[in-house]
Formats: sequence, structure tokens, C-alpha cells
Amino acid sequence: MHPIAQRLQREFPGGFVKSVEWRGDLAVTVRRETMHDVAGFLHDDPDMDFDYIVHVSSVDWPDDEERFEVVYEFYSIRKRHRIRLKARVPESDCEVTSLTDLWKGAAFMEREVYDMMGIRFRNHPDLRRILMPDDYDEGYPLRKDFPLRGKGWRDTFEFLNETRP
Amino acid sequence: MGLIQIGRHEKDGELDIITTSLEKVVNWARKGSLWPMTFGLACCAIEMIAAVSSRYDMDRYGAGVFRASPRQSDLMIVAGTVCRRMAPVIRKIYDQMPEPKYVIAMGSCATSGNIYDSYSVVQGVDRFVPVDIYVPGCPPTPEALFDGILKLQERIMQKRVFVKQPEQVKNA
Repeated sequence: MHPIAQRLQREFPGGFVKSVEWRGDLAVTVRRETMHDVAGFLHDDPDMDFDYIVHVSSVDWPDDEERFEVVYEFYSIRKRHRIRLKARVPESDCEVTSLTDLWKGAAFMEREVYDMMGIRFRNHPDLRRILMPDDYDEGYPLRKDFPLRGKGWRDTFEFLNETRP
Repeated sequence: MGLIQIGRHEKDGELDIITTSLEKVVNWARKGSLWPMTFGLACCAIEMIAAVSSRYDMDRYGAGVFRASPRQSDLMIVAGTVCRRMAPVIRKIYDQMPEPKYVIAMGSCATSGNIYDSYSVVQGVDRFVPVDIYVPGCPPTPEALFDGILKLQERIMQKRVFVKQPEQVKNA
């Protein structure tokens, strides 16, 4: 097992789920209740020192019991190593704790995940849609059960009916 | 340009006199000073920029003065993928342009949405603004854009200027 994964398993025996290493990429899955603690450890521990957040994304596994998966990717500029941190989220309680208190750069990317997949982030300072308009009401476009062509929004042009000066 | 030529006598250089209709003069002036508005939305904008550059020189057709304001332009070249969220902006800018105004849909995306048959992409800019010329291509070459501009100029020459049109014709 990768030394970072070993360390995480030792520090968080209850939260650690599994680690996968593939072509030099380390991906660690943790339980979502402990994800904020794990991320805090990765951020603050001098051996980890992950000071840069690369990306936040999400995956929809429609056939799985815990349907969604939030994926964070961190990089250490000083130590030059990187890690992918994953946590599964069930559809019934679609919420994880935001990591914006650790990495400010997570704010916009978490908003994108919220906008596209509908996963809410607890303690996020400004959780609004970011790509779609604020009043968009067709749901979350990147979910697998969302129709490819949307639900009619792209073909309605309500601004044409407004009276123009 | 062909239709009117302010010529000079070959021998003495005196001004010539030509008789033509005022309509043709107005149309000739309009087609020779098409000031486009920059409306690059995606990769087609790169070809539009190339069309203005010295190698292609769109100014030869009087259409090289790109304005950053709709109030100073006659021609809107919609170059690129039109997202639904952009649509009200395009319509507002089109409404702000003074008459007479023309629209060129440049490229497959502005014409029909191209491969982007998705929830966020408008399937052609003609869904909410009237389009005069469609230029196919992905992206169209500068030559293709010139072809569209020349076609538009041909169309402008055929327009009636001093004839009052009934409302139903105007809206059509």
C-alpha cells in the first residue's frame, strides 16, 4: 500500500474505506463523516502538507446504493505529491461538509458540483448555482437520469415577449 | 463594385456625370460601410479575427471596422456556440443596434447548434434573432465568411429604401 494511504489508515481506522493506486495515482476513499477530518489532516500535517486544491468533482453511479461520489484532488507544492480523496454520498441525504475552511479555492468548485450534481456542502459560505442561472428549475444536469436535451429550457425564450422600449 | 463609378474623363480629368437612382446610391453606401459588431462566442471568433487581419483584410469590403458597441454597428456576426444563458444578452444587443441592421450566423453552432444537442445550447441563433446569412463550416474559413458578406451585400443592393412597406411585409 502507498505510504500516505498507510498513514491515513493508521490515523483514521474508522473512516478509511479503501485505497487504490493505479499508474502512480493514489485514490483514497473515506467515509463522508470523517472526510473533513481526513482533509484537515492532509492539509495541516507536516508530512502531508497538501497546500493546493487541484479539483473538486463528482460522479453519479445510478445503480449503486450510495449513489453519488464526491472527488477531491490535492497537491503539495513543496513535497510534490498528490492524492485523490473520495467519499460516497447517498441520494436521500445529499450533503457533505465543505472544505472551504481549509482551502479557499474549493469554494467555486464546490458550487459547480452543487450546480451540476445537486450535492450540498455544509458550511459553504455562498452555496449558489454557478454555471446555470439562479432561477434554473429543471434539476441538476449532470445526473444520469437528467435527459440529454434538458426539459425544454433551451427552447424557451421568455425574454422575446417582454415589451421593449 | 460596378454599379456606380465616379469616373473622370480620360483626357482632361474633369468630373463625369452619371445618372442613377437615389436608392442605388443609398444601398451602395450601406453595403460599402458594413460596420460589424464583435460577437465572438467560441472558436469561430478566431477565424473572424483572422478575416480582419492583413492576410485576408476584410476592410476591402468595407466591413473591417469592428465596433465594440451595438449602437455604432450595422452587422452582427454571431460567431460561435450560443448557450441559452447568453441568449437574452444577444437579443438585447441586437435590439440596441440602429436600423438598418443585419445578422450573419457564422459557423454550424450559430446556425443549428452543431453537435451540441444538449440542455444548455440553443439550436441556432435564428430562434430568437432574425438571421440574414448563414455561413456553414466548423469553423468557416475567412474566405467562407467573405462569401457570406458578399452575399449580404448583394442582398442589400436589392433592398427597397424609399418605399413604404406595409406592416405585414416588414415583419415577414
